[in-house]
Amino acid sequence: MPELAYLAPSSPEEAARALASAGSRPLSGGTDLLVQLRAGRVKPDTIVDLKKIAGAMGIREEKGSFVIGAATSGAVLGEHAGLVRAWPGIVEGANLIGSTQVQGRASLGGNLCNGSPAADGVPALIAARATCVIVGPNGRREAPVESIVTGPGKTSLTQGEFVLEFRLPARPARASDAYLRLIPRTEMDIAVAGVGVNLVLDAGGMITHAHVAIGAVAPTALLVADAGAALIGGKLDEARLSAMEAAVRAACKPISDKRGTAEYRTKIAGVLARRAALIAYDRAGA
Amino acid sequence: MSKIHITTTVNGDPAEFLASPGMTLLDALRDELGLTGAKEGCGSGDCGACSVMLDGRLVCSCLVLAPEVEGCRVETIEGMAQGGQLHPLQQKFLEHAALQCGFCTPGLLVAAKALLDAHPDPTEVEARYWLAGNLCRCTGYDKIIRAVMDAAAELRQERAA
Amino acid sequence: MSETLDKPTTLNVVGTRPIRPDGADKVTGRATYGADYNMPGQLVGRILRSPHAHARIVSIDTTRARALPGVKAVVTSADFPDLASEMHDGGEAASNLRDLSLNVLARGKVLYDGHAVAAVAAVSAAVAEEALSRIKVTYEALPHVIDVEPAMSPDAPVLHDYMMTEGLETPPTVASNIAKRHKNVRGDVDAAFAAADVIVEDRYTTEAVHQGYIEPQACVAAWAEDGRCEVWSSSQGQFMVRTYCAKILGLEISDIRVTPAEIGGGFGGKTTVYLEPIALALSRASGHPVKMVMTREDVFRATGPTSGAVMHVKLGATNDGVITAATVELKFQAGAFPGSPVGAACMTALACYDIANFTIVGWDVVTNTPKTAAYRAPGAPIAAFAVESAVDDLARKLGMDPIALREKNAVRDGTKAAYGPTFANIGYVETLAAIRDSEHYKSPLKPNQGRGVAVGFWFNIGGESTAAIHISEDGSAAVVTGNPDIGGSRASMAMMAAETLGVPVERVRPMIGDTASIGYSMLTGGSRTTFATGMAVVQAAEKVILDLRQRAAKLWEVSLDHVVWRMGQAECIDPAKPEKKPMTLAALAAQSGRTGGPISAQVTLNAQGAGPGFGVHLCDLEVDPETGHTSIVRYTAAQDVGRAIHPSYVEGQIQGGVAQGVGWALNEAYIFDRDGRMENAGFLDYRMPVASDLPMLDTIMIEVPNPKHPFGAKGVGEVPIVPPLAAVANAMRGAIGVRMSSLPLSPPAVLAALDARKG
Repeated sequence: MPELAYLAPSSPEEAARALASAGSRPLSGGTDLLVQLRAGRVKPDTIVDLKKIAGAMGIREEKGSFVIGAATSGAVLGEHAGLVRAWPGIVEGANLIGSTQVQGRASLGGNLCNGSPAADGVPALIAARATCVIVGPNGRREAPVESIVTGPGKTSLTQGEFVLEFRLPARPARASDAYLRLIPRTEMDIAVAGVGVNLVLDAGGMITHAHVAIGAVAPTALLVADAGAALIGGKLDEARLSAMEAAVRAACKPISDKRGTAEYRTKIAGVLARRAALIAYDRAGA
Repeated sequence: MSKIHITTTVNGDPAEFLASPGMTLLDALRDELGLTGAKEGCGSGDCGACSVMLDGRLVCSCLVLAPEVEGCRVETIEGMAQGGQLHPLQQKFLEHAALQCGFCTPGLLVAAKALLDAHPDPTEVEARYWLAGNLCRCTGYDKIIRAVMDAAAELRQERAA
Repeated sequence: MSETLDKPTTLNVVGTRPIRPDGADKVTGRATYGADYNMPGQLVGRILRSPHAHARIVSIDTTRARALPGVKAVVTSADFPDLASEMHDGGEAASNLRDLSLNVLARGKVLYDGHAVAAVAAVSAAVAEEALSRIKVTYEALPHVIDVEPAMSPDAPVLHDYMMTEGLETPPTVASNIAKRHKNVRGDVDAAFAAADVIVEDRYTTEAVHQGYIEPQACVAAWAEDGRCEVWSSSQGQFMVRTYCAKILGLEISDIRVTPAEIGGGFGGKTTVYLEPIALALSRASGHPVKMVMTREDVFRATGPTSGAVMHVKLGATNDGVITAATVELKFQAGAFPGSPVGAACMTALACYDIANFTIVGWDVVTNTPKTAAYRAPGAPIAAFAVESAVDDLARKLGMDPIALREKNAVRDGTKAAYGPTFANIGYVETLAAIRDSEHYKSPLKPNQGRGVAVGFWFNIGGESTAAIHISEDGSAAVVTGNPDIGGSRASMAMMAAETLGVPVERVRPMIGDTASIGYSMLTGGSRTTFATGMAVVQAAEKVILDLRQRAAKLWEVSLDHVVWRMGQAECIDPAKPEKKPMTLAALAAQSGRTGGPISAQVTLNAQGAGPGFGVHLCDLEVDPETGHTSIVRYTAAQDVGRAIHPSYVEGQIQGGVAQGVGWALNEAYIFDRDGRMENAGFLDYRMPVASDLPMLDTIMIEVPNPKHPFGAKGVGEVPIVPPLAAVANAMRGAIGVRMSSLPLSPPAVLAALDARKG
């Protein structure tokens, strides 16, 4: 009978060493991992709990930018007034992961590295142009969030590597973001489609920077460069919205499954992108 | 299989038990500590029947490994009534007939208490979303929400007095 | 039962809202459900389930599992008697014992993904699961069929090569998946359609849905060396469990004692056995008690959903709104064995309408899906979805108000019901009027909103019940019945006893006896408990009162006729003895030793005359036209409840039925992959309503008393799930301008319907 070991290292380096063996598995909030363990979908010999690592927990500001510990729970993110003010879209994405109970545990790091194309926490992080600080046996590296997941359940992390924290860019005065998803119920579902939009405006309300990321409509969450580009250079008018919506739909490569048809997902992604852009624009103080 | 010795606090009292590394907090509470108030409805965090408080946070105990609670504070439904007196939420659930089969009730009460501790004056919509992780198949939620709102009002009054 | 017993003219307890007697246990976590009980030395039982939707079992090799240390027993169907086909009338619906046995453990063939094949008992869950992985089952996969119409096709894979369709004029000579045809005809339907001014017709489909009780099935069973068995389990009937275990295992009923646990929801789904016979067999083989608890995945894959269906409804009417003709054809998935609720669906389909000419045909069809189990008003919601959608279309075509159309064709006292009997003491038109006159019905709708009306009917049943009342020396009463309390029935039992005895309800302690402690009682189902078991409780209380009067008469030395029972005490009305002061129940109980010993009474009965129930529902919903997402914004349900014993729990039954019906209408459905495996066997993707999906659910209780019940009670638990499917679908029709005739009305389906309308 296979033995299972539980380790709770207190330093990133210790964790990287523990994760270097092939049968190990990192544990953040555990809201995906425990379900997979129970279903027998994963059979690790060692579980490495990342929550005792100081840098993996909590939110801090460095040089005017936010750093989010990758194992920080959604509930903690939602209670951080500064983060909510600067990045409401990231927080609403994180806070859409599961129930209040799941919010007490689930983290952005776990949500990302679980590799689900429908992860609610991910599109807004990508639209924010956030990066991950990755710790591994060979030290630290930093990589854009969108480079981590390479396919359903697959990541670019090598054996022993884990995401320690997320780094967000500095936030100018008139900037905001939004994340919207569609589910059949009002809560407790996996996204049929999700869209994060991040906008920066100038003093006159013109969009100077725009990033749009989509989830659940391709094997991984995607940054849709054309969609962001379509929004830049003016106010959020109908022409820009239509062009952005078209770019989003063009980028969708969804599957049909128990959660929605490909056609439906594509259509909805456009609707959500438009709505998210309007919310982000409004929040940015247009 | 080598077991881990876990020391924790359950409902204010020190508690120790042996856990295999893959054991959930729910199984530890039910099988090791004899606290069967938390129920398993799904084992995947989708029904909330196993809700407990972990260091002041509402969690599904089926989604927590027992070794994770080393040194933590766990509060369960068994600790909700104090000194032979039902908590106002428990009393309101009874007065409003907010339970039928009662299986989801412990989880709902723990979740509702977490709501009122954090948000003493929730709107009906806020209460519904907060409790969306607690499935009830009997009541249609109507009387549950009424009981929670009524308990919230009573608790606010108690605090004001 | 006695001419001098004063029936209370005003009720003191019935109709009030006391706190339920089991309440404190249930809000503190103390109440003991199926999985909360343990026996010393118990083992963990686990089941190996089929990964195939349809396959022949070539061989089962358990050698490696048995060799694993800690494994104490392994059983397969070879350890069970091979039963002959035999029907057993278990209450709501008859079951074939052979099919029941084959469903508990497969023999020869597996018939659905999740079908139990073998079971182990071991010292721990980990060892038991490891043992399962060491059982080698060799399958020969067979073609499978999931949906009802393909299963009826002559070239469909046949599940049971011995099954010949029943109910045909010419008996078939070839086996098929069609178990039975039901047919009910009145008048000349062809002529009536020919004469009709207006005709509507459509095809309707629904998917299989699950009862969705939150407590998975669980039991602990112990077989002793002397052959005596103990079973602790969560079910809707301890006597049902006893009978089925005895039959399936070939044991004597007298050797089995079943103790009912608190039950965490059933809705009909716990009216049969899955685990108990296996746990007993494992206990017999191992010599230890065995505990078995289903996972949620097991519950979805292997316990009864209700049928998916394909239906055709055609209605004909005169221009002034008299429905003159109806044809209804219902094709129901039965799952792996015959016995879908299509018979009840045929009987209820037109039960709300007084129609001179109709043909109703129902088909019971086996499919490679879990054997269907009863689900709250079995069959009726499915048929009502089709019929009530068609009636709504008819109202639109006639330009009539949908309630006015239903009022015009409503059954009333004296109407011969479409399923046979003549209605009496029904409150249907009063219920229609309550919705018609409601503020809700007159309120305006906002953009993208729609309003739907639908009605529903359920028979309700009576049946065999036992109740015992024991008076303690302080005058308090223990009320023991044989019916598991799913939704608060102990409260109504205590209230009816208190009302009859004339004591405060707090003085009555209601309990549910095990099979050795109380007489036989049919299971809790068919909305029968408050009616039938309540009747037994009231009669037992009346028997106690007669005994008390006799004792008082003896003490006072007066004739029995001169003692009346009033407000909980015996009063002497003998004009010759004005000095005799009334004696309370407590006073009489304190002297029971001197007046003949303990005071106790038991009543057994087979209750007849359960009043049928009618409900009228009104639903407002709002559709997001860009996404197809639907929100229920307002809901009112009116129902004839006879008499609400505990109004809060009657409201609760109505609200719970509405919530289940709304889930059925909007998002719930079994989804199978191409191999016939269930894809959504969990609460994440089997989408039952959560708290934020629903508004407050308003109820209107209409009380048209049932004269057969001492307080007028009618069954209330099942009716409320009948109308919601159509109420939601009709509201959707209003909101989007398109008839959606296939459930669920999920966002992709709604958006597709909207797009189709735009063209």
